[in-house]
Amino acid sequence: MSTQIPSDLKYVASHEWLRVEADGSVTVGITDHAQSLLGDVVFVEVPGVGDVLAEDDQAGVVESVKSASDVYAPIAGEIVAVNETLADTPDTVNSDPYGAGWFFRIKPANAADLDRLMDAAAYGQEIGA
Amino acid sequence: MSQRTPLFDAHLAANGKIVDFAGWEMPINYGSQIKEHEAVRSDAGMFDVSHMTAVDVRGERATAFLQQLIANDVAKLGFEGKALYSGMLNETGGVIDDLIVYRTSWGYRVVINAGTTAKDLAWMEPVAARFGVTLTPRRDLAMIAVQGPNALAKAAAAKPEIAALIESLQVFVGLPHGEWFVARTGYTGEDGLEITMPAAEAEPFWNALLAAGVAPAGLGARDTLRLEAGMNLYGNEMDDNVSPLAAGMGWTVAWEPLDRDFTGRRTIEAEKAQRSAGGAGLLKQVGLVYEGKGVLRGHMKVVSEAGEGEISSGTFSPSLQVSIAMARVPLAVKLGDTVQVDVRGTLQPARVVKMPFVRNGKKVFE
Repeated sequence: MSTQIPSDLKYVASHEWLRVEADGSVTVGITDHAQSLLGDVVFVEVPGVGDVLAEDDQAGVVESVKSASDVYAPIAGEIVAVNETLADTPDTVNSDPYGAGWFFRIKPANAADLDRLMDAAAYGQEIGA
Repeated sequence: MSQRTPLFDAHLAANGKIVDFAGWEMPINYGSQIKEHEAVRSDAGMFDVSHMTAVDVRGERATAFLQQLIANDVAKLGFEGKALYSGMLNETGGVIDDLIVYRTSWGYRVVINAGTTAKDLAWMEPVAARFGVTLTPRRDLAMIAVQGPNALAKAAAAKPEIAALIESLQVFVGLPHGEWFVARTGYTGEDGLEITMPAAEAEPFWNALLAAGVAPAGLGARDTLRLEAGMNLYGNEMDDNVSPLAAGMGWTVAWEPLDRDFTGRRTIEAEKAQRSAGGAGLLKQVGLVYEGKGVLRGHMKVVSEAGEGEISSGTFSPSLQVSIAMARVPLAVKLGDTVQVDVRGTLQPARVVKMPFVRNGKKVFE
């Protein structure tokens, strides 16, 4: 099974993906590779709207049957939206990691931070895909 | 150096995700641990357990050897085929391994864990020499566990030659059929079989089970199933430094006859007396249920009014849809109590319950 790495997204080594939205906010989730490593996701904790996070701050937890992993803010900024549906349907992270399984939207403190992120090719190399 | 079972190619063909387990390349799941878990609870699933080691015991003094070696008493095995669960203890009363012993036509078969095989054999061999018995680790065999409410029927359909034998087996009994050995045992809290066969016959049997509608299930599902069933896992619930009394295995210790001086007896006898006297500082095994956010995991700290304990295994229960755990807690903690568990930095309430959590597909605790 090959892992999906959409070419229109940005990535960080801790397996979060980022999508820049039309309004300049950035949607963040975990990659297909990450969800596959975790296995069946049974619980997701997201940050609070209005939280101001520095890069690499803990921004939530994703727990599978097998293990718990922290989710990190891939860039600094303010949380402007969170995916409330994950509380009831955490398995969406497995079934649709790049779509309905998103975690939160963050308003970047510094748009230039986005330039340092990995593209799909670099992330693919990172995970040996 | 990692080892592969005779079913390695079958796991790859079934899309198994391979991980290292005690030096073996084993499937953790075949796509979804939860679906595999549910298949075992509602129908039938199969596990490759070829990494476990069957050791045949032969010799006139085989019974005396086992009466020295293990804490349970093989004299309880009243007929050929009967099986017994026991701890094998060290001198200080720690558990070297937990195992199943079958009484057989040649003496006994002992099935030991994969991760402890080398340690177990190193322990057993000098004792065997003293009793003049021979130990034969059967590395030529493979083992498949077929588990679930439809496991017996589907296994019989997959291998009609053993259908009559399967039909005849009582629970916790295992008998040979030619080179095969079919036991009505398992590790899931469901009815089921553990079937041992020559390595070369494993893959055809696996494929016949697939054709009979048995779902391949990985080590992940095996762990959530055994935890729901309240069954110990070596290295989690017990090890060389944990006594069987602290690991909920008191029922497997045969104190009678009083003159059977099995290894470790004196230490755990003293511990038993301490427990009867209140046992300050001693721990016992309980089940925990946690309905809050997050999942209980091994090594989390348990805080009670009587002192601290630790979770030995914790997981999300696919059958119950809450988190469950096995823990060692102070003796004064009672069923129905609420204890606090340090879940990733905050103390969260969990309820103390009697195990098992699930048996034959149904919730059993209050």
